[in-house]
Amino acid sequence: MEILMAWRNVWRNPRRSVLTILAIAFACLLLIFMLSFQFGMYEVMINAAVKVQTGHLQVIAKDYDKDMKMRWVVEDPQAVGDLMLAVPHITAHTFRANGFALLSSRDRTYGGMVTGVLPAREREISSTASTIRQGAYLEPGDTNQAVVGSLLAKNLHISVGDELVLLGNARDGSIAATVLNVKGVFSSGMDEYDRSAIQIPLPYFQEVFAMRGAVHQVVAVCDSLTAVGPAQSTVTGNLPKVKSKRNLECKSWDELLPGLIQSIQMDLGGGIIFYLILIVVVAFSIMNTFLMAVFERTHEFGTLMAIGAKPARLTKMLLYESAFLTSCGIILGIAAGCALTIYVESTGITLGEAQGMLRQYGIPNVMRPELSWLTAVTGPFVVFFITMLTALYPAFKVRKLKPVEAMHAI
Amino acid sequence: MSIVHIDNVTKTYRQGKVDVHALSGISLDISKGGFTVLAGPSGSGKTTLLNLMGGLDNPTSGSITLDGEVITGLSQSRLADMRLEKIGFVFQAYNLIPVLSAQENVEYVMLMQGVPAKERSERARAVLDDVGLEGKYSRRPAELSGGQQQRVAVARAIVSHPSIVLADEPTANLDSKTGQGLLEIMCEMNEKRNATFIFSTHDQMVMDYAKRLVHLKDGRIVDDETR
Repeated sequence: MEILMAWRNVWRNPRRSVLTILAIAFACLLLIFMLSFQFGMYEVMINAAVKVQTGHLQVIAKDYDKDMKMRWVVEDPQAVGDLMLAVPHITAHTFRANGFALLSSRDRTYGGMVTGVLPAREREISSTASTIRQGAYLEPGDTNQAVVGSLLAKNLHISVGDELVLLGNARDGSIAATVLNVKGVFSSGMDEYDRSAIQIPLPYFQEVFAMRGAVHQVVAVCDSLTAVGPAQSTVTGNLPKVKSKRNLECKSWDELLPGLIQSIQMDLGGGIIFYLILIVVVAFSIMNTFLMAVFERTHEFGTLMAIGAKPARLTKMLLYESAFLTSCGIILGIAAGCALTIYVESTGITLGEAQGMLRQYGIPNVMRPELSWLTAVTGPFVVFFITMLTALYPAFKVRKLKPVEAMHAI
Repeated sequence: MSIVHIDNVTKTYRQGKVDVHALSGISLDISKGGFTVLAGPSGSGKTTLLNLMGGLDNPTSGSITLDGEVITGLSQSRLADMRLEKIGFVFQAYNLIPVLSAQENVEYVMLMQGVPAKERSERARAVLDDVGLEGKYSRRPAELSGGQQQRVAVARAIVSHPSIVLADEPTANLDSKTGQGLLEIMCEMNEKRNATFIFSTHDQMVMDYAKRLVHLKDGRIVDDETR
């Protein structure tokens, strides 16, 4: 009966209860949508960075990611590749080799990162081929052809068909030098990458840089972000079977892109502060409602105490009422929040020109929220927790009432 | 046999900077099964005395014994238990719980006592029948007249067979005919259930029903008449 009584008490002042429920629901809706949007954005950022740069997993010589020394190589890439073929969730892999070099056009010289790639396999893993803005991407059988980042091409004053002189250090310490023909210009959207990256066919790279069949990275992609962890564990477990002078290690995208993770954490941290402010504002409005409900029923509480109700019973009843009110708001908020998020997921939001941090990671113009259990439940759970916490104050205030004084209250 | 024993009770309120002596050295014994009226003008101390007997307030000095137990100085929790088990209240303004039906209002006391649901329902309906509210079990207070609400309050007060029923000016908000009807019901309950009724009033009609009439004035008993 007390639960029934609490439910009926919630609806004694329907307008006030509806407004409170709507405030809670709105807070939940906003939290679900905003969190989903943030997580959707993070996934796009991660996928963009992974596709252009690192892949989901890389097998490299130990510490190569910290200090890209030419001699720290994967000597038998084929053995690592065969190992990856047997790992569940890994959908494709390729080999890459990297070398810093001076790149000279007719009238300018810039430093750049030359990467040797396997054009056919690279298309399965990387989005570089689809970001070609001029000319064409590399093809199997190409030799001294190169595709160049758009900002590097701009700085060097070169375009498709021009020649480029490459000068660097080979694996064996000798001079690596060649003349490249610009076959294409790509624009990944990541300015830093486009300012320094140049790709040439891997066999040609191995010849110029005296790699003796070795590579620097065996890059793999998985069928989903969640599969990366298990796949990494499997690969790491099997790596000791591959013979190598320097130990090999398997790194995941988040270890290879710590800057991206920090950007995400900073953005999420800022978001959480905003959400907490929103929740506190809503919580104060709810506490006001609960306090009003207690004050205007003081006389009734006095009566209940007079007929034998203990303060704990009244506190329990008020907490039931708070739980009902909050639950109604949260259920409504989750329903509305999920509906809005699913709708925007299907339509997307056009951001126009991607700028700043977004542009750095090659985020597309259309953003979509990513609804998940986490984004649907976390915000409303925090709202419920904080709302119930604010409800404790008026609920415990009742404990201080004295029957005679309470019954004299108007 | 005395169900209420009041020994030299005083009650002083602080009103601003002035002490108000609501009761001054009251001593009184009330017998079980009695129909006692505390009469007097406003400010005579009758409601204060009723509140002290009901354990709703503590006396400044003196002691009160209810059904053999000294209630003066008991903790709030123990007083709540005592009110639940031994006392029924009828208030001037009915004081029903607006969100509960007539039957639920009556059942609520038994719910707090831990009476099983089926028994609660049967006893609530029986006592509502006794006070003439057959078929009005599911009506909310707002759907009942003042007289009917006060009958529900009487039913709530007597349903758990308390040692005493304290009624604070129960007819003050009722017209004379309705008030008389209510008094007859309470007289009937007094006889049928041997419930002890103690009233505070300045209504002559209530005084006419009293088996014992205690007159108070300025916080003192000025007359004690048994009929």
